Amino acid sequence: MSCGKSRLRGKGADISRRDFLRSGAAVASATLAPGVTLIAFGGSPAEARASAGNRWGLLIDANRCDAGCSACVTACADENGWAGNGDPATDAQWIRKVTLRNTTTGHETSMPVMCQHCAEPPCVDVCPTGASFKRADGIVLVDKHICIGCRYCMMACPFKARSFVHEPVVNQKTHAPRGQGTVESCTLCVHRVDAGGTPACVEACAATGHGAIIFGDLKDPESEISRRLAEYPSAALRPDLDLNPGVRYSNL
Amino acid sequence: MRWLVLIVGLSLAWAGALAAGDRSPLWPDIPAATGAPHPEGNAYWRANHMDLMRHDRNLTVHEGDRKIAASLKQCFDCHTARDDRGQVVTYADKGHFCRSCHDYAAVRVDCFSCHRSTPEGVDETAAQANALPPVRLGGGEAGSILAWLKRAGPAPRPEGGQ
Repeated sequence: MSCGKSRLRGKGADISRRDFLRSGAAVASATLAPGVTLIAFGGSPAEARASAGNRWGLLIDANRCDAGCSACVTACADENGWAGNGDPATDAQWIRKVTLRNTTTGHETSMPVMCQHCAEPPCVDVCPTGASFKRADGIVLVDKHICIGCRYCMMACPFKARSFVHEPVVNQKTHAPRGQGTVESCTLCVHRVDAGGTPACVEACAATGHGAIIFGDLKDPESEISRRLAEYPSAALRPDLDLNPGVRYSNL
Repeated sequence: MRWLVLIVGLSLAWAGALAAGDRSPLWPDIPAATGAPHPEGNAYWRANHMDLMRHDRNLTVHEGDRKIAASLKQCFDCHTARDDRGQVVTYADKGHFCRSCHDYAAVRVDCFSCHRSTPEGVDETAAQANALPPVRLGGGEAGSILAWLKRAGPAPRPEGGQ
């Protein structure tokens, strides 16, 4: 645990900030190597910060996805509070069900599409303020403190994954602040991931029995998602753009 | 010499007023908090809360560090203001904890355009509607601005020009 010198001036500056802020939650951790953290005194890996040793991703099995089911969309809206005002022209869509139709055979494929959490995200490239950023563990987010609502990122995203909040918002979730004049998108339920959990869509899909979405660490070769990706064919959306998305599709 | 006497006299008068416990009605009326007081003292938090929260917001958003204490969510564990009817108020109400000082200091904060200004579980729509003054609508019908906006629906889109 690092105890940096307080940069605050004034009367209370002699109190080390991290000391008093963390008092009562004594956890000592040391990073041995990327992705390997030694945690002592009651800590758990879930309490560690976003680490470059992980890359979180999803694997979506289009064969298992039911065309009539939108449990993942509902769960995401409930979890993050973006249900909207019933106006499709302006309501946010962090995740949507998309149906692909093969015009030759007539075969239809249904699947959820959300932020693809690219390794080379175009939204981050174009952001003029640095609000659009990629965390060390590969999750692409908007820092709404810095976002000016210019919507360049929405233009740049090939997946139409981002939404602009047009109207004043109340009753936000404490873990998912959102407000008028900023851009937002799937956060991969970053508040759950930081607590060692899985995204709401993955849980909801599993609860329906479809189990079409798997969440896991793409950098851990032993994780279920990595083993499945190694064993079975999968595809990235818009592979021509070479964005290396963290969200992968199988049986597309 | 006359000035010195005047200054000393004024200081004594001011000190006397303070000792008598007189409080200018211009001072902000800060809602009482619940829970344990800040160990660093209120003066420290008054002077530094924005720095503490800004630092921690960057740690949380960018680095995923959730073990922080200076978060808005935790502020409202103790600093929840209620109105005369005992209902929790939002930032739309003048009696909100943050607003009581910020109105006084004429500092507008943007926190609550994205963050909720009440603890999780409070219905902010109702609290916000109560705080807004009733407006008289066309048909003589009285209601809140929020309720009116809800009925009116989304604003009509302007016709495309040439």
